[in-house]
Formats: sequence, structure tokens, C-alpha cells
Amino acid sequence: MVYWQLFIAFFKIGLFGFGGGYAMLSLIQHQVVTEHQWISDTEFTNIIAISQMTPGPISINSATYIGYTVTHSVWGSVLTTFGVCLPSLLIMLIASYFFVRLRNNVYVSAIMRSIYPVVIGLILSAALQLMTRENFIDFKSYLIFAGALLLLYKNMNPILVMALSGFVGFFIY
Amino acid sequence: MIQLLHIFWSFFKIGLFTFGGGYTMIMMMQREITQKNNWMGEKEFMDYLSLAQASPGPMAVNTAILIGYRQHKLAGGIAGFLGSTLPSFIILLLIAVFFQDFSENPEVMKVFNGLRPSVVALILYTVFVFARNIRKWEYPLFIAVAGLILLGISPLYLICIGIIAGVAYTYYKTHKSK
Repeated sequence: MVYWQLFIAFFKIGLFGFGGGYAMLSLIQHQVVTEHQWISDTEFTNIIAISQMTPGPISINSATYIGYTVTHSVWGSVLTTFGVCLPSLLIMLIASYFFVRLRNNVYVSAIMRSIYPVVIGLILSAALQLMTRENFIDFKSYLIFAGALLLLYKNMNPILVMALSGFVGFFIY
Repeated sequence: MIQLLHIFWSFFKIGLFTFGGGYTMIMMMQREITQKNNWMGEKEFMDYLSLAQASPGPMAVNTAILIGYRQHKLAGGIAGFLGSTLPSFIILLLIAVFFQDFSENPEVMKVFNGLRPSVVALILYTVFVFARNIRKWEYPLFIAVAGLILLGISPLYLICIGIIAGVAYTYYKTHKSK
């Protein structure tokens, strides 16, 4: 039963996952943490950290990881990963067929344009929902948060920022 | 068959060695496809990319399917799909299997205590980067979207509203000007 629910949840995430990885994180969060409560906010944040530091698209990384975490079975991972990609596969194969007509279509660019503010809102909500007591355990957490923002603003590579904050965490906690 | 393996391997390599999500993968794909393999020119690649970007799902996977299909029809599309997803799947599955055992380890927990605030910072920073590309009057719009989601409204509805609004507005504009 949980397998079917996982598949459907990740299929929806793939189907509505406009605007890249971080926007999809918000959809994953809504399905997996808020709606089905398969994992906690803290676990979810850990998973994002792991997905960020491993190669490949964040949505697939987190789908694979969550599939295993929820079911403790490889089949859970297979279903979530396939679920999140199946809409892509179907839509892109159809789009390939109509490609010449689609590529300069006004509606395709209109969708992209009008969805943009929604996508930013999704990302903002993901960040705000992760500002929990479990993620910010004491004042040192806020220092890491501020430091990371500053380094990112100074154009430091996000993976390096992650690695650095993990390193700092190891020594101050 | 050789051609299919070539498509698969080109995307597999990129998936295996590209850290930092979709956008980095796109840059690697551009080099692999337009320069190394010489499958198409920059201009055509950009056409595929914008269609992949406007569609739902992981952008790098979308691009791989489109380009695979262009090279070798349906079988090529599936080769692109497998090549771009398998590396992530294998790596994350291995991590998931082993991490379950050592996530309770106090040393590992220390590392993740440091990582979590920085994940939140990274996501928030992405909001600032993206917000540079929209007009000022759209700011209340995205803040309202975030607020509604926090109140428990499903993001799926908000995305549907965004799509309908965009299509309706374009329809209105193209028909008005005629």
C-alpha cells in the first residue's frame, strides 16, 4: 500500500515540478513531510544536505533516498525514482514529436513566464518551513546560517559552503 | 546498438561526475553534445534546453530525453533517460542503505547539526537569486504564494493557477491585437 502511495506522490511531484530542483523540493516537502508524514522536517533537511553533496539532479537524489528510507527496500527507491521521472519521460517523448511546432510556441513561453513567481514562492515556503527548532538548535546554528548566506552571496560554490558547514558542525558540537 | 550505448554513456558520465544539481549538468551537457560529440549546434541545443526548462520534471533528465530522441528516436530517448538518471539512483541508494546505520552515530549527528542551517541558507539564497529576474510588482505575488503554502494549501493548486493565468493572459493578448 505504501508503495503505491509513494509512487503516486512522486508521480505528482514530477508532473507539477516546474522551475528546477529547489522548486521541486517544496513539492516533495509537501507530499512527504506535510501530507503523508513519512519523514520529519529534520530528516528532510538531512536528505537535502546529502542530495546537494552528491552528483545528479536534487529531485532524483531525494526521491531515491526517501524511497529507501520509507520502505527499507530497494523497490521503494525504484518506485519513487521512476515515479518522479515518468511524467518527464511521457511529456518529453510527446514533445519530441511536436518539437518543431512547440519550440517557438507563445503558450510554452507564457507558461514558463507566469509560473516563475509561483516557483519563487515555492522555494521561499520550503526555506521558511525548514526554520524549525530542530534545525536551529542553538545560537551557533544562527551563526552558521548567517555565515553560509554571506559566503553564498560572495559567490562561493554551494557544495563548498555545505562541506565547510559540516566541518564546522563537527568541531563546535 | 553502438549508437544507443554512446547516447547512454554520454549522459551517464555527466550524471556521475556533476555535482550541484541541474544547472551544472546543463553546462556539462552543452560541452559534451555541441563540442565533443558534435551532435548539433549551440542554437539547436538552446532550443531543446528552453523546451526542457518550460516542462515539468528534472531539467537535465528532460534535456537528455529530448536529445536522445533526436539522435535515435524512441530507443534513443530511453537511452538518454536511463543514462541521466541511473548514476543518481545508484549512488543515492548506496548512501541510503549505509546511512541508515550510521545516522544515529553522535559524530555524524554533529556534522549534520552544522549542515542543516546551511541548507536553509542555501534555499533562501536561491529565492534572492531568482527574485532578481522578476519585476517589482510580482514580489507580493510570490510572497503570497509562500504564505498560502504555509497555511496548508497544496502547491499543486498554485502551480495550476499559475499555468492557467499565463495561458489565459497570452490568449487574451494575441486575440486582442488581431
